[in-house]
Amino acid sequence: MNSRGDLRELYQEVIFDHNRKPRNFHQMPEANRSADGHNPLCGDQLTVYLRVSDGRVEDVSFVGHGCAISTASASLMTEAVKGRSIEEIESLFRDVHALLTDQQPPERDFGKLVALSGVREFPVRVKCATLAWHTLHNALAGHGEQAKTE
Amino acid sequence: MSVVLQKSARAGAPGEAPAAGLAARKADFPILARSVRGKRLVYLDNAATTQKPEAVIEAEARYYRESNANIHRGVHWLSQHSTDLYEESRERVRALLNAARSEEIVFTRGTTEAINLVAYSWARTNLKAGDEILITTMEHHSNIVPWQLVCAQTGAVLRVAPIGDEGALDLDAFDALLGPRTRLVAVAHVSNALGTVNPVTRLVQRAHAVGAVVLVDGAQAVAHTAVDVQAIGCDFYAFSGHKLYGPTGIGALYGRHELLQAMPPWQGGGDMIRTVSFEASTWADAPQRFEAGTPNIAGVVALGAAIDYLRSVGIDRVAAHEHALLAYGTRALEAIPGLRLIGTAAGKAGILSFTIDGIHPHDLGTILDTEGVAIRAGHHCTMPLMKRFGIPGTARASLALYNDESDVDALAAAIRRAQDLFEGR
Repeated sequence: MNSRGDLRELYQEVIFDHNRKPRNFHQMPEANRSADGHNPLCGDQLTVYLRVSDGRVEDVSFVGHGCAISTASASLMTEAVKGRSIEEIESLFRDVHALLTDQQPPERDFGKLVALSGVREFPVRVKCATLAWHTLHNALAGHGEQAKTE
Repeated sequence: MSVVLQKSARAGAPGEAPAAGLAARKADFPILARSVRGKRLVYLDNAATTQKPEAVIEAEARYYRESNANIHRGVHWLSQHSTDLYEESRERVRALLNAARSEEIVFTRGTTEAINLVAYSWARTNLKAGDEILITTMEHHSNIVPWQLVCAQTGAVLRVAPIGDEGALDLDAFDALLGPRTRLVAVAHVSNALGTVNPVTRLVQRAHAVGAVVLVDGAQAVAHTAVDVQAIGCDFYAFSGHKLYGPTGIGALYGRHELLQAMPPWQGGGDMIRTVSFEASTWADAPQRFEAGTPNIAGVVALGAAIDYLRSVGIDRVAAHEHALLAYGTRALEAIPGLRLIGTAAGKAGILSFTIDGIHPHDLGTILDTEGVAIRAGHHCTMPLMKRFGIPGTARASLALYNDESDVDALAAAIRRAQDLFEGR
């Protein structure tokens, strides 16, 4: 195994870019859904805010702190789901989960999200990438429960 | 087989070779010859667990090949032989800690179980509402949570002695927190996250002056410094074998004989009783009272081999070697821009805990891993301590007797590579 190659797969430029300059990185006073996510193992913590109207996510943002993978994943996620219907997002949630964990992910144009697939070769880091997505899932479900990665 | 334990080995005899030259000991540890991710394994996660020398691996295998039988009950030769090996290891642990008598050594699964034994048996029997347990900010979760459980059950109150910005215990604050209500003080000998060495002898004196019992968590101390429980004066001392070049799943509790003899059992079963009837049972004396069921005999035997190994190298030589390497590592890391050492107390054992501007510890851990450098990243089971420093976690390199300057150099080079990667160089 070429470890340096795998490392570049994990830390692609798009990951660094979104870690340095996370998109939609702010609180949202007008949000009507939100959820907290916490990975107690590494201390990653984030809150996802949603403004949902007519079954569609009109706006999305997040705040929190974590490693480069978790920050970039949250940032990329906000870009990917803004303006989409809840149904589309739930489908994307399932497919992204498969993208991060299955050796044969579903056929789909993941766009920039494909940059997250590098975690497959680093099993202990999968939770870093999935935290934001689980938190989004909880916010949509409206449980208001804290998402945990374990 | 006789156990040869000389006092001079503990004292670090004047005729010993200088601290240098331990590098040859790498060859004693088979795993250090392997590669990881195509790189030489640079193992710097020794505070989590140490690697095992061939002598320990062989002792455990040999026990199963030649000596396996249950202990303390068989009339047959092999059972007696196995019992002898088991009790000889107890004597080795006694000597390692310089306890007055081997009956003061109780085998446990490790430090965590040893502390829980004291919490269940001593603390639940002796503490009542309003009594106080004093710990410190730098304790491992295993020296916090058992006491919280005791407090919930007895109404006792947990007090926490603070530390300064360098990671040293605030001694004045510690003294001020001691009082007539303090019944127990539980403190780490060496901090697993900072490396701080606590002045345990002094702490015990102050605690005893108010009538408190003292437990010392020695998990991070026994493999790195000579321990003398009589000189420290503590009432309990806990440690794990696997941080001492021994196997996982075995450790020991030292307890002062009078205390152990007065404590009730905490687990019932075979081996810990004197008589059993359906009306009532009576207990064996310590230490058997606290060793219910068939113990980890092979682990105990291999722990004995680990102690023999450590003493053959010389604990004082190990301490000197690690101290010199810690100084070398401190200089190497301090030269890296953006790196901040967490834990810079004057008295430290071989732990380098740090953060790096702009790189989360887990990202650093992953990048170092691809260079073959194994460190720990995270909160190190000391979440309150991390909160004290206002950080989610640190990266931690921890030293053992087989580490040398080349390992520290590999660490520093890998950190710089991570910085290059993150800064797009």
